[in-house]
Amino acid sequence: MSNAIRFSAARAIAIMIKELRQLARDRITFAMIVMIPFAQLMLFGYAINTDVRHVPAGLLDFAATSQSRTLVQDLEASQVVQFIRRFDDLKQAEAAITNGEVAAVLYLPADFERRLLTRELQLSTAPIGQWITDGSDPVLSGAVSGLRQMPLSDPRAVQGVDTSSAVFEIVNYFNPEKRSAVNIVPGLIAVILTMTMILFTSAAIVREREQGNMEFLITTPIRPIELMLGKIVPYILVGLLQMGIILTLGNRLFAVPLPVDLFSLLVITLLFILASLTLGLVISTQAQTQLQAMQMTIFILLPSILLSGFMFPFSAMPEPAQWISELLPATHYVRMIRAVVLREAHWSDLHFDVGYLLGFIAVGMTIATLRFKKRLD
Amino acid sequence: MSPIQPELAIETQGLSKRFQNYFAVNQLDLQIQKGTIYGFLGPNGCGKSTTIRMLTGLLTPSAGSAKVLGYQLPEQADELRLKIGYMTQKFSLYDNLSVLENLDFVGQIYGLTRSARKARIAELAELYHLNDKIKVRAGALSGGQKQRLALAAATMHQPQLLFLDEPTSAVDPENRREFWERLFDLSDQGTTILVSTHYMDEAERCHALAILEQGQKRADGTPKQLIAQMHAAVFEVSGDNLRQLRNALMARESVISTAQIGERLRVLVSLDQPQPEVWLKAQVSTEHQVEQTRPSLEDVFVANTGAAYVQRHPL
Repeated sequence: MSNAIRFSAARAIAIMIKELRQLARDRITFAMIVMIPFAQLMLFGYAINTDVRHVPAGLLDFAATSQSRTLVQDLEASQVVQFIRRFDDLKQAEAAITNGEVAAVLYLPADFERRLLTRELQLSTAPIGQWITDGSDPVLSGAVSGLRQMPLSDPRAVQGVDTSSAVFEIVNYFNPEKRSAVNIVPGLIAVILTMTMILFTSAAIVREREQGNMEFLITTPIRPIELMLGKIVPYILVGLLQMGIILTLGNRLFAVPLPVDLFSLLVITLLFILASLTLGLVISTQAQTQLQAMQMTIFILLPSILLSGFMFPFSAMPEPAQWISELLPATHYVRMIRAVVLREAHWSDLHFDVGYLLGFIAVGMTIATLRFKKRLD
Repeated sequence: MSPIQPELAIETQGLSKRFQNYFAVNQLDLQIQKGTIYGFLGPNGCGKSTTIRMLTGLLTPSAGSAKVLGYQLPEQADELRLKIGYMTQKFSLYDNLSVLENLDFVGQIYGLTRSARKARIAELAELYHLNDKIKVRAGALSGGQKQRLALAAATMHQPQLLFLDEPTSAVDPENRREFWERLFDLSDQGTTILVSTHYMDEAERCHALAILEQGQKRADGTPKQLIAQMHAAVFEVSGDNLRQLRNALMARESVISTAQIGERLRVLVSLDQPQPEVWLKAQVSTEHQVEQTRPSLEDVFVANTGAAYVQRHPL
């Protein structure tokens, strides 16, 4: 290529203005920009919840003393279980677990009173009752087994005596109430930006080709880099807008803290938006139709949801999954935004992730510009 | 045009484009003079669009050379882009932008300053009757309006050479006439125009044209030259039972083509046949009248393409 036509900011700006105008006219796309974060936030914030509350439970109380009733009340007060049925014999209780009516049954034996007494006098460590749980749902049964160590508040017991003997004391920093929204909302920004940024840019360029605009555009003096920049910048603004929506709603609805260090937030988010946009551009040089662009976006989106650490902890993944995970820009952003929003980290503390995204952008932009030819063949 | 040595806007030698296993354009030699309106006449799939795309630098030729406005293609395609305008077959501006926004965008792309754009858009809107539609989105325009908008956009930067790929395929006859008036205005101002078409009446308006078929040039020249050089005599036969007569004549080797036009049968007889009029009269019954008539461009087209061509140029 000759150098007869130099880079012109004016032409890039012309594309930008055109893109913004088209975006503002396209009501459905515009609505999606706002609705996607909103709907996803509702979905992930309310529906997907790993804090287990009100597990339906049954009671098989063969003791039927005032003490056993106090214990049941104490358990209900923890809000983990809710006793919805009483049973008279074990068969009934098992049937209720099998048909899914209850997820757990508390069995208090007839000698409950005696067991409690010997335990309090430290004559024995035998359990005072038994939880029968539906082990097919590990999350629910896990929550119930947490009740195993419940301190007994028996009026006759020596005050402060905890029958459980924990080796470690656990202190939760940053999220003392262990609410999953606090972890999910910042991660959600990564998922939503991955989805909208890649899809919008790839579709924006493929659309020009599909509708025949490209044939005209490439006979004009416009250069590939001008076209790429003009296409990217409007979506940077869109990405920042979406981040603002998610963080604000997350704060209002789920009391997720707002980041103290807005500058760090801006730096890491811009990096991630740019990385996603360049990925979209690379897709656009490959896809022939908007449908293909969409399919390729989903190909990136699914691992970004499952492997980025947004849903499952990175450290729990097998090593090969971690390698794939490290390749995805979303993984690095999930790490960074949790650090910045929840742990008040500064962007410069996160040099590995910042460095990776910078490299990703540089490589992606180079591939996209090289692959985008101003020719039809 | 200079009377001594007319300058060429486009010159190609052996220009070819091969797609996988067939030649879309095959060994095309063209010489198009500056300031003329040059037509590509041919059926769909004859290589008109592919040729235009090569001449605008959109496609790389598989073989041959092309010089457009003095620039060697494909090497100097970038420099060429500032000097040419291209109106695509399909409307290629933005449906959800207004007429004004579309034109403004094109002006910006060609690097016109704000004031130059304003003046040029006003001029174009006036010339192409788009003033009352200036705020209307392009998607809501009629076929004729869209076409005028596309022409306005393609001429925004006052190109020396304008490529029009089947510009009037979606336009009614009145708008077509009007469109051609604008083309002659542009030509009068010195713009060279290359237009592809499959309409005979449009081809007849061109200063010169090339008849293309299967990627090859079958004939070229001015409409007058093409008619004069036609290797056939044209007759009109009137009388009864024309359909039967037609079938009988088509079996004759000397008959290039027959076409019924209302009450008459138009017959093209090859000049390989000595004394074609006498011969034809001998073929028809005495009830039929045979009259020699002036050939049209359509006759030229028929005589130069299809079976007629193969007959005269055996492989």
